[in-house]
Amino acid sequence: MDRNPQKSFQDMILALHDFWSANGCLILQPYDMRMGAGTFHTATTLRALGPEPWNAAFVQPCRRPTDGRYGENPNRLQHYYQYQVILKPSPANIQDLYLESLRVIGIDPLKHDIRFVEDDWESPTLGAWGLGWEVWCDGMEVTQFTYFQQMGGFDCKPVAGELTYGLERLAMYIQGVDNVYDLDFNGQGVTYGDVFLENEKQMSKWNFEVAETDALFDLFNKAEAECKNALDHNVPIAAYEQAVEASHIFNLLQARGVISVQERASYMGRVRDLARGSCEAHMEKEAPVWAEKYPEWSK
Amino acid sequence: MSDFLLELRSEEIPARMQAGARAELEKLFRREMDTAGVTTGEITVWSTPRRLALIARDLPEATEAVSEELKGPPVGAPDQAIDGFCRKAGVEKGDLETRDVKGRATYFAVKNVPGRATKDLLAEAIPAIIRDFSWPKSMRWGAASISTESLRWVRPLSGIVALLGDDVVECEVHGVTSGSVTLGHRFHHSGDITIGNAADYAVKLRAGHVIVDHEERQDLIRSGASKVASEAGLKLVEDEGLVIENAGLTEWPVPLLGRFEEDFLEVPPETIQLTARVNQKYFVCEDEAGELANAFICTANIEAEDGGARVVDGNRKVLAARLSDARFFWDVDRKKTLAEHAKGLERITFHEKLGTVADKVDRVAKLADWLVFDAKAPNGDHKLARQAAELSKADLVTEMVGEFPELQGLMGGYYAKAEGLPVEVSDAIRDHYKPVGASDEVPTAPTTVAVSLADKLDNLLSFFRIGILPTGSKDPFALRRAALGYLRLVQANGLKLELDQVVHAWASQRVAGLPEKLGEFLLDRLAVQLRDEGVRHDYIQASRSWQGRPDMRVDRVESRARALTAFLGTEDGANLLAGYKRAANILKKEDWHGAEGEIARTGEEDPLSQVDDPDMRAVIDAKMSERHAKELSYPPEPAEKALMDALATSEPAAARAIEAEDFSAAMAALAALRGPIDRFFDEVTVNAEEENKRAHRLDLLAAFRAAVHKVADFSRIEG
Repeated sequence: MDRNPQKSFQDMILALHDFWSANGCLILQPYDMRMGAGTFHTATTLRALGPEPWNAAFVQPCRRPTDGRYGENPNRLQHYYQYQVILKPSPANIQDLYLESLRVIGIDPLKHDIRFVEDDWESPTLGAWGLGWEVWCDGMEVTQFTYFQQMGGFDCKPVAGELTYGLERLAMYIQGVDNVYDLDFNGQGVTYGDVFLENEKQMSKWNFEVAETDALFDLFNKAEAECKNALDHNVPIAAYEQAVEASHIFNLLQARGVISVQERASYMGRVRDLARGSCEAHMEKEAPVWAEKYPEWSK
Repeated sequence: MSDFLLELRSEEIPARMQAGARAELEKLFRREMDTAGVTTGEITVWSTPRRLALIARDLPEATEAVSEELKGPPVGAPDQAIDGFCRKAGVEKGDLETRDVKGRATYFAVKNVPGRATKDLLAEAIPAIIRDFSWPKSMRWGAASISTESLRWVRPLSGIVALLGDDVVECEVHGVTSGSVTLGHRFHHSGDITIGNAADYAVKLRAGHVIVDHEERQDLIRSGASKVASEAGLKLVEDEGLVIENAGLTEWPVPLLGRFEEDFLEVPPETIQLTARVNQKYFVCEDEAGELANAFICTANIEAEDGGARVVDGNRKVLAARLSDARFFWDVDRKKTLAEHAKGLERITFHEKLGTVADKVDRVAKLADWLVFDAKAPNGDHKLARQAAELSKADLVTEMVGEFPELQGLMGGYYAKAEGLPVEVSDAIRDHYKPVGASDEVPTAPTTVAVSLADKLDNLLSFFRIGILPTGSKDPFALRRAALGYLRLVQANGLKLELDQVVHAWASQRVAGLPEKLGEFLLDRLAVQLRDEGVRHDYIQASRSWQGRPDMRVDRVESRARALTAFLGTEDGANLLAGYKRAANILKKEDWHGAEGEIARTGEEDPLSQVDDPDMRAVIDAKMSERHAKELSYPPEPAEKALMDALATSEPAAARAIEAEDFSAAMAALAALRGPIDRFFDEVTVNAEEENKRAHRLDLLAAFRAAVHKVADFSRIEG
């Protein structure tokens, strides 16, 4: 079946799936939890740790409550999609592969100005950082390209390369559309607005005005407690899920404007402790197996 | 002799790091060549986003052989000593030579270090350069990074070209092997480029659509941007930082001009320029009237097939989205008044020990009001000053300043204007951070001056009060800059502020020691500021007392130090200083304190410095004049009489001038003493045999010294 990534949002995604599948990636599905970025997917965070090779690609819906604009801003959404590729160890031809993937979705680098502009990445919440670029296409940031150096406070051994494509932006660019809601979703006239506009309106209202803050505070505390409970029982993946949950609840509380500047740092510290604690526990649990299988590796 | 080429190819090097990397490459190369004893001719270093290159001219084919002799122990020394020497020198015992040293047979080790091929030395130097290379941030990558010992580079290192003459210098660093093959432009050239030697490197790369010389790319951007601007009937707003950054982002730079919708020009031009520059690295243009035009210039890295139409259009859209954001911030921010925004400052901590920004604003407002109303510093309206100060920080919580912190003050000014506040208030909000740097303009509008002074004084006093002062290179709260700002405001506006009163107004009470601490800090900064104008630090030291106490007016210290500088630059001044030193030395040697000293001995060490009680001063004055009035018990010599007369005229004249703060006049009055004191030293014997003569003459010198001290403390002057 012919794909038409230049006319259809879903075909663009499918073209990327085809490309990365052909290049050795597992095609995974989104993580079934609310999260702020594809990096939170366990296929990225937890798999970035340890020596085992790992190549995966997936779409991850991202929730950024404070970015909601009630469907009125042509670029900003509180819910959008990232396309994430994680390649461990980072292959020598990773930049070439990436550029090839752009050609596949219809971006010709002799017609469009593609640039790798310094942009280092750091997530204090995950105890993670990496060096890389934001990739510009005619001045627009279309991808975040990162070589992970540390995750959960541990050195990445080996280093994974992470590509995060902003799908809506790319599609707007490729389709020549100025408003995200005008994107052609399926190449047959169903627009992104048909699918998501009402969703954006309602969710913006809920994020900013409706969500019951006492309940959110309660949820935050419960997620924190549950994370600790899971850690006590040595099920780090379950603990990590609670860290992801706490992180999103914190973002909602921010959108509701009920966290003061002073409190903010303290909440972020609590989320960081959960995420780092989970990564650490995961590392502790897996390290003996990894060390046995990869004698040249050490924690 | 051969030329050497080294190219280190990598994935995109951040533009901001390229200049440092070029310097680092040259430094390490020179270090390696020095260590190896290889002389090198001219060195050229180039960079692009994807490569660092070095060309060294005229390297010899090999280093010269060196013969080295080491003197050892004498023949017959214990075996341990001889063995130890052999180990140290790295020779066998049998190879030692014996020579006669002052009649004693002594062992010598002779080592012939043969010359080595430069190519071999380079093969060792290249890995060392790569391993020792220091980047601001570096990383690991690839399969080798399973160990943290793997090579670190700014981004993955992908290739090494190393050629001495026409030959490859063979070496290997962590799996990257040297060769003669490189790559051209990422999109304009496919396949390998084989470099023959240093001479054809730049030529072949140019054919591969890479301009390797960063300066050439900078020139292309400068001239290209200016050309596309003038073709559009506009003038490029020059920005050297952007030129360098864009040259660091491109191997084949092509400046292209685009237009954005004219409607966006309704937002303040600074926000457009900043959005274009910071977020997108675009240049902006002005029209004939010098107003910001609705145009931008981006620098593409390709010669696009369609002449760049699509590239420009894509960039236009991105800029439009950014400008929509700026316009959104502009619209949203104006929905609230600055006074309403200011309430948000209650939630922002200024410093953990100093409360919130709202607390700070209260202090600044009170002080600004006082400066105008009570201190009459600037000739303005104290209510406007208070209002401006109260709103001065409100823009910190606006969306626009949240996005562009550089626009603090400026945006507040725009918002104040937009809500119709008096122009004095909006100008004061806009400019109250000024002067920021040494070349920044200094406010002179009365309301602005008051708010600006109050803001700086509050920073200085608040931090001094909790014991935070700059140390060495650490000045996290920019207190030195605040002090310099204070000085420049005072200078430009001719202000006469008494620091003790300022502190009292600021704290609503006396705070012991704080005015002095502030004064001292300001005078230190003043010394630094005036150094370039030839006003010496010790001249400021000599000018910092007023009526026996630290002068609380910095402006007065400055004018006195300036007058002193001018005076000591004259022949009269230099000679008077010499006369003063001679008098002071004699008095010191004789341990003679004169009338002032006599009084002093009953109390503190330096009489005049401790006197702030008018009654006490009167007593001293009375006693001194009584002493001076004493009739002489002998006829004075003419030179002695002349000095007495001169003092009788000059001293009161100088005192009057000082009282009037006319320091030049005071110095001029002193100048009249120069002739008499010179003559006195020439003609009069101070240490006369008769005790009454000696006493009188020493008293006379003490009176001379006292007269000089009234004008400035010459004892502080060095040299």
